[in-house]
Amino acid sequence: MNIEYKLADVTESFVSLFEANRNILLAENNEHLNSIRREAVTSLAKLKIPGKKSENYKYTAIGDLLFEEMNHVFSPKKIEFNIEDIFSCDIPEIDTQAILVLNGFFLNQGEEITKLENGVIIGSLRAAMKSYPDLVYKHFAQYSDYKNDPIAALNTAFAQDGVFLYVPKNVKHEKSIQIIHLLLSEEDQMVQHRNLFILEEGAEANVVICDHSLSIQKFITNSVTEVFADKNSNFNITRVQNEHDKSVQITNSFIQQEQDSTVTSNTISLHGGVIRNNIKVNLNGENCENNSLGLFLADKEQHIDNSIYINHLKPNCTSNQLYKGILDENARGAFAGRIHVWPDAQKTMAYQKNNNILLSDDAKMNSKPQLEIYADDVKCSHGATVGQLDEEALFYMRSRGINERESRLLLMYAFAHEVISEIKLPALRERIDELVEKRLRGELSRCNNCKMNCR
Amino acid sequence: MLKINNLKVNINDKQILKGINLEVKAGEVHAIMGPNGSGKSTLASALAGREYVSVTDGSIEYLGKDLLDMNPEVRALEGIFLGFQYPVEIPGVSMVNFMRTAINEQRKYKNLEALSAAEFLKLMHEKKSVVGIDSNLTKRSVNEGFSGGEKKKNEIFQMALLEPRLAILDETDSGLDIDALRIVANGVNLLKSPETASIIITHYQRLLDYIVPDFVHVLYKGRIVKSGGKELALELEEKGYEWITEEITAE
Repeated sequence: MNIEYKLADVTESFVSLFEANRNILLAENNEHLNSIRREAVTSLAKLKIPGKKSENYKYTAIGDLLFEEMNHVFSPKKIEFNIEDIFSCDIPEIDTQAILVLNGFFLNQGEEITKLENGVIIGSLRAAMKSYPDLVYKHFAQYSDYKNDPIAALNTAFAQDGVFLYVPKNVKHEKSIQIIHLLLSEEDQMVQHRNLFILEEGAEANVVICDHSLSIQKFITNSVTEVFADKNSNFNITRVQNEHDKSVQITNSFIQQEQDSTVTSNTISLHGGVIRNNIKVNLNGENCENNSLGLFLADKEQHIDNSIYINHLKPNCTSNQLYKGILDENARGAFAGRIHVWPDAQKTMAYQKNNNILLSDDAKMNSKPQLEIYADDVKCSHGATVGQLDEEALFYMRSRGINERESRLLLMYAFAHEVISEIKLPALRERIDELVEKRLRGELSRCNNCKMNCR
Repeated sequence: MLKINNLKVNINDKQILKGINLEVKAGEVHAIMGPNGSGKSTLASALAGREYVSVTDGSIEYLGKDLLDMNPEVRALEGIFLGFQYPVEIPGVSMVNFMRTAINEQRKYKNLEALSAAEFLKLMHEKKSVVGIDSNLTKRSVNEGFSGGEKKKNEIFQMALLEPRLAILDETDSGLDIDALRIVANGVNLLKSPETASIIITHYQRLLDYIVPDFVHVLYKGRIVKSGGKELALELEEKGYEWITEEITAE
């Protein structure tokens, strides 16, 4: 089959899908949103879903992945279940405010959108569009770059709901907010949802996102999260990905940072069929700090691709990228880290590190640093390694009576810990520490009564 | 305790040990000396079970069992300890976690209950004072950023914790100042009992000022060419290795 033909086809199928469901997708009687959707679908048709020749998706054939007959659900479907029966969160002990999102739709457990005493607004994005339109549209689709990014355009055209968070000026929201994205369906399904997090000047918040699949059907998720961090704000976002082997997950995070703001994201990929995480950061004011960290653990036929783009637009900003991966069996991994320093962005400090361990001869990792620097007074560094476990260290441990398996685990765990240690909340850090250890020991398969039996 | 019989060892198809015979009884301290490249470290590696060392002939009997049949970890659990010439840095693995795992593996092997974190810390505290290791070192990752002397002290500290039956110290004294040397010697002397034995591999005599060996063996070109009492070490210090190598060549 001609590849170009096939590509045109996958893009076209989404455009037709949009046309066929126009009445539902444009039904909200919301001209602002509807015009964005129409623009998005036009831009999708123009840009096209990237194929194998796309440099950006070189290692993840996204066109092929999306070229599949899937069900799309454009309004929340009632699924009768008792959440406690099928799902117990792996991070239960930390004091969080939990929000459930089922197949991309905010799961109504009372108010769809709540304004807390401290002024924080939290709830369904769809509801926020109705209740707080000015707040939403000041930022919605402003950072996701749907005019140049076909995957963001795809989401913008179709996504109906997700989570909205607003933290007002100088409010430090103590309690972590946990968003649990659940996938549960009786048929294969494509899910597109959208989160919008707004932190006003001096605001602080912590968000934990957990991605889970609860039934064995094939799921393709394409999610977009937009973050606006205004001056002097501080935001931590931790994502734990734990879906089954048949899932395809594309996450797109667009982070806009203003002067003196700090944003730290930790992406912990524990399990999944195909995972592609895109993070794009705009450092749009002086003295910003961005930390983008990730840990990915993959085996069997799993595929994990992280793509980071840090845009240094203004002077005196610091960015750190640290991604570490452990790949076993036939797993495939990829990392692309791009640092773009604009001519104005003097005194930029931008660091990037990607270290990987391959446990088998068949596992494969591609690492691609990309530095584009147009300012002359900057400090930038990058380093990528792909290696095996240190045989000398293994022997050293065995010579102390620790068996080979345990020695390997200790080394892998030590390797992973560098990323985990950067998670800011102690309770969350400890829980993730445990999860990673369980995952490395191969004890995570019993998660959530999942029937997949991934391992 | 240990009987090495006609041991021949290759590394990368090159014969390094050409028929070693050595018997170590409980309660004894043996020193193995010799010029560089004579095979001293290879012997230590063969005893500890390194994979790149291939035994082509001979046997090693340890406490009546075939040592060559055991994995490195089983050898350790059976009471063999190797003090490394170049201890490995293991970033991210804390000393506490490492040693607690090792101790508990040993206890499991002996059908003893695992030590709790508190019990282990108490034990570690005791042993720390024995060796005189800095408290901060045990809080760090294994050997990471340790100086040469600290790494060697850490070997002795691990030995003190694991209480082996047979300790093999591979040039633990190299590169140490006098204070560190005393600590190493002290660790070995404390371990000494009628049930334990030590093999001290060293290039120089000076460690033997602090650890008095019962036997001294000279290893040269893969063979033990001379054995004697502690006075042999002094003779080597005085005359160097040439007189022995000349003796051999003359024969």
